[in-house]
Amino acid sequence: MKQTALNEVHRRMGARMVEFGGWEMPVEYSGIVEEHLAVRTRAGLFDVSHMGEIEVRGPKAFDLLQFLTPNDLSRLQIFQAQYSALMCPNGSAVDDCVIHRRSEDDFFICVNAANTASDFHHIASRNPFHSPAEAEVRDVSEHYSQLALQGPASAAILRKVSDADLDRLKTYWFCKSECCGVPGLLARTGYTGEDGFEFYFAPSESEEVWDALLDAGETFGLVPVGLGARNTLRLEAAYPLYGHELDGDTTLLEANLGWICKLEKGDFIGRDALARQKEHGVQKKLVGFEMAERGVARDGYPVWIDGKQQGRVTSGSYSPYLKKNIGLAYIPTECAGPGRELEIEIRGKRVRARQTPLPFYKRK
Amino acid sequence: MYPEELLYTKDHEWIRVDGTTGAIGITDHAQKELGDIVFVELPQIGAHLTVKESLGTVESVKAVADIYSPVTGEVTAINPKLQNSPELLNSDPHGEGWLIQVALRDRSETESLMSAEEYEAYLKKGSAH
Repeated sequence: MKQTALNEVHRRMGARMVEFGGWEMPVEYSGIVEEHLAVRTRAGLFDVSHMGEIEVRGPKAFDLLQFLTPNDLSRLQIFQAQYSALMCPNGSAVDDCVIHRRSEDDFFICVNAANTASDFHHIASRNPFHSPAEAEVRDVSEHYSQLALQGPASAAILRKVSDADLDRLKTYWFCKSECCGVPGLLARTGYTGEDGFEFYFAPSESEEVWDALLDAGETFGLVPVGLGARNTLRLEAAYPLYGHELDGDTTLLEANLGWICKLEKGDFIGRDALARQKEHGVQKKLVGFEMAERGVARDGYPVWIDGKQQGRVTSGSYSPYLKKNIGLAYIPTECAGPGRELEIEIRGKRVRARQTPLPFYKRK
Repeated sequence: MYPEELLYTKDHEWIRVDGTTGAIGITDHAQKELGDIVFVELPQIGAHLTVKESLGTVESVKAVADIYSPVTGEVTAINPKLQNSPELLNSDPHGEGWLIQVALRDRSETESLMSAEEYEAYLKKGSAH
């Protein structure tokens, strides 16, 4: 099992460690509910160094990525980040990702930990520009630690330890910045539904940055947050998680990701499948629901509609902020609609649930 | 740490025997392993329990766990506070966080349960693996 540079630090802080995507990661420190609420009301610090980083550089880097991803890279300015995906011909994705444009021909891609090796292979094997002078693809994950500072107080905390002009750093933009004396890439991105930042920097400096951020945030109520709350936070915000809402059998349109599918931008892998599906409509659709009776829906539980099993829960949990039991599921499109009822089969018993609009939580 | 007046199971439940009735709960170790508890499903009053069979479930944010009955008997009371305050299982697992009360059918069943000292030794042995 791989470990991040902060493994010892997490243990010292009393984290419970679990395996996730081949990595040994902290799942919780003080408790998922408390950590979750800290991010919604104050701030939380996450070690997300398990995430992978892939660089694509060279004069043909743009052409390569524009063909592999559905979002329109031509709209991506230097120092801007874009949510996108690495596509399959059937309109599904091998992974979702965030692409940062560091210069005209230099792209820095953040991908899911468990998919890093296959993503690298996916990009490299589809690179028609065989010379590294044209488009060079590198898995640089080992060269980066990644910390996420998330929550309404995160900008105020960061101001104490960073020289970045945060007023000018808008959501989904990034800059080169020193943070706690350490140079790196500072992006106003995240996976929690709150304002927040993600900082990419050299692993050797991990402990220094971690400690300095926690110190700077102490008066703001900043706490370390594990993957447990990261999951409940992203679920409330209805952000997809690869392997749950996204997989090789699910198209981006079905996953409510039509907004990153720019069919008019020109050809890209999966474009034809998406265009056909857009014309004929999707057969299944990702919907949100909350339990109407007592019971917690969990990943994989069957969904019943009109007395027939018609889908499965992809993510389900207690929602610490809404204090309800919520979940996401794929169901036939004709059954989808806020207010309409479902039944979730919980350990052999069908329990009533009601579809709700997504996201479950949106910051004001 | 573990109250001496309770008896413990290997599945991390406890029972407080008082004459022919017993109160049942989960141990501090169990609540720590589960994390924040958000949901408890318990049997109805009058339900018949069989030793070592599931009497209900406890769910934390992340996980679901079965609770196994330490004894055979009939449910005479359920903790009314747990429906709205399942977090009592985290804050006071051996007290306010009790789950149910049962009328014991056979008191001798409790003889095979562990004392507080034995349970602590059992936990220590488990964590050494």
